[in-house]
Amino acid sequence: MSVVFEKTSYLTDKQFHYCPGCNHGIIHRLVAEALEESGMGGNIVGVAPVGCSVFAYDYFNVDMIEAAHGRAPAVATGVKRVKPDALVFTYQGDGDLASIGTAEIVHVAHRGEKITTIFVNNAIYGMTGGQMAPTSLVGQKTTTSPYGRNEDWCGAPIKMSEMLAQVPGSYYIERCAVNNNANILKTKKAIKKAFKYQMEGKGFCMVEVLSTCPTNWGLSPVESLKWLEENMMPYYPLGVYKDKGAE
Amino acid sequence: MALTLMKGSEAIAEAAIRNGARFFFGYPITPQTEIPEYMSARMPEIGGCYLQAESEVSAINMVYGAASTGARVITSSSSPGVSLKQEGISYCAGARLPCVILNVMRGGPGLGSIQASQGDYFQAVKGGGNGDYHLLTYAPASIQEAINIFSFAFDKAEKYRVPVLFLADGIMCQMMEPVEMPEMIDFKIDPEAKPWATTGWKPGDDPAKRAVINSLFINTEDLTEHNNLLQATYREIEANEVMYETYLTDDADIVITAFGTVARIAKSAVNELRAQGIKVGLFRPITVWPYPYKELAEVTKNAKAILDVEANEGQMLQDVKLAVNGAIPVDYFGHCGSLMPTTAEIVAKVLEMKEGI
Repeated sequence: MSVVFEKTSYLTDKQFHYCPGCNHGIIHRLVAEALEESGMGGNIVGVAPVGCSVFAYDYFNVDMIEAAHGRAPAVATGVKRVKPDALVFTYQGDGDLASIGTAEIVHVAHRGEKITTIFVNNAIYGMTGGQMAPTSLVGQKTTTSPYGRNEDWCGAPIKMSEMLAQVPGSYYIERCAVNNNANILKTKKAIKKAFKYQMEGKGFCMVEVLSTCPTNWGLSPVESLKWLEENMMPYYPLGVYKDKGAE
Repeated sequence: MALTLMKGSEAIAEAAIRNGARFFFGYPITPQTEIPEYMSARMPEIGGCYLQAESEVSAINMVYGAASTGARVITSSSSPGVSLKQEGISYCAGARLPCVILNVMRGGPGLGSIQASQGDYFQAVKGGGNGDYHLLTYAPASIQEAINIFSFAFDKAEKYRVPVLFLADGIMCQMMEPVEMPEMIDFKIDPEAKPWATTGWKPGDDPAKRAVINSLFINTEDLTEHNNLLQATYREIEANEVMYETYLTDDADIVITAFGTVARIAKSAVNELRAQGIKVGLFRPITVWPYPYKELAEVTKNAKAILDVEANEGQMLQDVKLAVNGAIPVDYFGHCGSLMPTTAEIVAKVLEMKEGI
């Protein structure tokens, strides 16, 4: 018998705590495979701040740092300045990156810090149980927007990839999704490209991945993917927002 | 070795560098901005890193990241900025990351003033951030003493895996004094000495050696165990690291307690009072955490009263009272804000106290 597929050794054997149907599992695998394929061996440090992925140190089989809410880009900066040859990545959710951590993410891009951010956007605070995030869609019902997000009251959802592409120091920004096989492959390609740019000493790279939260959206995993396609994708279009390497 | 006349901020920055600090993350705030300015010029000369963060919040988190690698890393700020760092300091304490933090205290609360103060004593030794933790906290009274403390500050931080705090004030950083600077040490990260650091691990290596820098323990039993480890470390520090100075306390009827630059003013008052034949001495904690409780009780066992002098509302006063536990009366003199107690005021206060004992 021949082995046709194997779990990457860059994921531990620890069982994920993520809810059924959540996309974190797929995104973790893609990141871990890209880490393995980077050829960096053990010269890798990952940083995961508060959010559903705060336990990422249990899953990514490399040196890992748990960070305070929103602060992963600053923590990664400290690591990278000591270890300029290491592959340093952050893995952040939207409540983290697009709300409490806006200063840190804008300035890590502004400095052109040679790190990679994986930004998982599911338009809600997952870990605390489904509160409104800056990325929640207008009309979206959450535990803190029970009547639906009101644009007059809370503003329109923030678009981080578009925003960070405008920061002169950013190098590569792409928004992806893992809602079907084709997009999963594209996401993997984007993550690999971001790691490659980092290892070449280019500037700040971020891959935003649209993701589902069936538990807090109150939908089945299949319905969640449909909701993501019909509601998130039109507002958060997939694509490359900046690629200085392709210019 | 020849003495050099140096400004406090620059001497402190150079002392950190001479003892292996190669990574500085900070943000401008008066009265300590000369420290980042000095670092920004000096670090490139020696292959180090000066990085101006977007905020004190980010600066301390950069410290957290750099300290995770095992490097010697430092940040400095002043009171309002140190308040912003408290989240990160608590994380450093929880994740057991060695680092050095300088607080060049200024007047508060809020934006306060830009002049010296001692108003952050409580923040430094009684709390600051969330959770049960302590920082090994030094309160130097001269630039030379700050330099001397730097010769072991990183070693202590690394030995105990705790953040070390320098509780200085605006006077310390702005004044100039003749100092003797130590030789430059050759510090390198030793992965063997720091098995906890992110020094490189790949699948297939010993699983026990994978670095996980973390302050999250979601199971209460695990968090309790982690806290027990922290507390055991704090007890060890209390047993081994207390530092203090006594001055003319052997026959003193009244012992003045003071820390930092205020202790120097108090020492002048002691000299003036001694010239008048009054038996006064000075007890100065050099570590304010751990506090020299037993030592203060011992030193004052034959005294009739204590006068605690501070440039705050009387924050260390609580520790002085804990130390003597009601054995003798403890009086207080000082000012809040940034008004320094003067020698004349302290002399007058002691003379007034002397009438009552």
